[in-house]
Amino acid sequence: MLELDDIQHILLTRTPALTGRYVFVSFADADCGQAWLKALLPTVRSAAAVGVGEADNSWVTIAFTWSGLARLGVGPAALASFPDAFRQGMAARAEVLGDTGRNGPEHWVDGTNRPDLHAIAILFARNDDERQRCEAEHQLLLGRCPGVSLVSSLQLDATPPYDYAHDHFGYRDRLSQPVIEGSEDVAYNGCGGPLKAGEFILGYPDESGQPYPMPAPERLARNGSYLAYRRLEEHVGAFRDFLAEHGETAEEQELIAAKLMGRWRSGAPLTLAPEQDDPALGADLERCNDFNYKKEDPHGYAVPLGSHMRRMNPRDTAANMNRRRMIRRGATYGTHLPEGRPDDGEERGIAAFVICASLVRQFEFAQNVWVNDRNFHELGNERDPIIGNQDGSLEYKIPKRPLRKKITGLPAFTTVRGGAYFFLPGIKALNHLAGLGDQAAAPAPALQGARA
Amino acid sequence: MTDVLERPQVSKALPPEQVKGRQSAVAIPAGGYFPDRVEQGRFGPVFPRTPLNYGFTIIAAIIPGREEKFYEYARNLEAAVAATPGVLDVLKLHTLKWSLFDIKGETYFMYQGVFDTDFDKYTEDAVNIFSATGIDTVFENLEGFPADWKSNSEAFIRFVREHHRPSFMEYAEYSYVSAKEVKSALAVKHGLAGVLDNMQL
Repeated sequence: MLELDDIQHILLTRTPALTGRYVFVSFADADCGQAWLKALLPTVRSAAAVGVGEADNSWVTIAFTWSGLARLGVGPAALASFPDAFRQGMAARAEVLGDTGRNGPEHWVDGTNRPDLHAIAILFARNDDERQRCEAEHQLLLGRCPGVSLVSSLQLDATPPYDYAHDHFGYRDRLSQPVIEGSEDVAYNGCGGPLKAGEFILGYPDESGQPYPMPAPERLARNGSYLAYRRLEEHVGAFRDFLAEHGETAEEQELIAAKLMGRWRSGAPLTLAPEQDDPALGADLERCNDFNYKKEDPHGYAVPLGSHMRRMNPRDTAANMNRRRMIRRGATYGTHLPEGRPDDGEERGIAAFVICASLVRQFEFAQNVWVNDRNFHELGNERDPIIGNQDGSLEYKIPKRPLRKKITGLPAFTTVRGGAYFFLPGIKALNHLAGLGDQAAAPAPALQGARA
Repeated sequence: MTDVLERPQVSKALPPEQVKGRQSAVAIPAGGYFPDRVEQGRFGPVFPRTPLNYGFTIIAAIIPGREEKFYEYARNLEAAVAATPGVLDVLKLHTLKWSLFDIKGETYFMYQGVFDTDFDKYTEDAVNIFSATGIDTVFENLEGFPADWKSNSEAFIRFVREHHRPSFMEYAEYSYVSAKEVKSALAVKHGLAGVLDNMQL
């Protein structure tokens, strides 16, 4: 039984937001950190409290780095009980993650590589007015908490057309997401059925049948999770130039785009629509995941073996898939680059969170093996064509009868611009953290029943 | 200490693309890594790829009197592979060898594998296969194996890494070739033989 009233909503709810802001902050001391957290707590809602109806216009999530937990006053024993990867932080794990070369933390632009990054407040809002109202409130809060400094912030905005979620390259997003057992979500055909909550939420049995070890004390860890934050710039101009270079007609260019992803930009998977796009299929969640690879496409004639979709979810061609799944939340940032317009050099991309119970077994495995292992599926000299670390020396093979197409010197379509590991506490744990400096450990009475 | 200093520190072996499918040998520094190019994996430094691709050599003392457990396991695995030939597919194996041997009256177990996946990358999958094929129950007969391995996969992984004895030299008659490539070549050969047979008609 999921304790929905103690789980931050982001774990279980995909909100209908069109805009948002991520705010990265640093605390000068425990008191100011706790004051900031206490002030924000009434706006943080649980999976039980949050709704996605018309009345709800904004959704707030709070999470902390390991050094942030330390700054808030979490004791040494509790700090030591967190897993090594989280304690080290994403920047220190750069080599494991493939964040080298121009993806390296030394090039990150948002201060997320700083050891004094302590917390993130994630705001998603239904519209610009609501986002601006929340931003103004937070600005006032920072004015009242002089010890809390802004490391950086990032505004999120959906890109047009707004009737479906997609990235700056135009690929439809939010198509495949694991479903947690005990939640109200429906597992669509081909999504693998509900997974044990412990794969994503600490304190519950996972797919091994045992609860994944969680930090101590339990009141800090239970109903918590980990967030891996990735700010990924999308080089839209380079991407469109690449399509133009490898496809003479619009149809050929669409096919190249589809071969990189494994799906047409409409979302229709190449396994089910190998020859031409089928937008109705792409928009139909009951059908657009209903496929496998082992028997249907063993050689990658439809979905190339190294395509993004096949790497991020190898389905029946990988072992232990249920131990590798991740929840993804996030949004696009930056302005839309209209088709036909030369690249303006402005940064635009995706800023997303991977949510999982084990950063090493889930997120780092995906980065290290699926995304950046050059020999994934024995491809020899490839990495993920969309999010892999590309330095121009690698290739991309598109199986085709009688002879495959091999693209050499694949350019980088994305660059990592920031990233961090956060612990996402449960609601009770947030109250515990906010009250670490108080005489009484009970939640502050003023917060009882509060809602944004 | 002279011999340590004289051990090769930087590989002079030809790169894989130059010797693929041909004979090659690689001398490996003490410790199993080339200091000039140690790659960090999720569980620590990654052992380098060699002409045999990847592998491990796990050596550990067995709990005295447990020899029969190992022979029993051999019979069980023989039956498991006969019943389900693909049971070990995940490991992308070339070969596996199990041995028991004595040193000064103590019995040791050696488990040596040559395979195409980077063990460091797929550690959890391998551990899972160990479990599925009962090798874990054999490991329970080794000195120092964590009693709580079922709920503590990290401890299992640590045991495997700590008991791996890296090679200091590896040679292959056909270097850097995967089992899949070998099987594919055999399939082409058989297919071609069929075509030639049909050409006789």
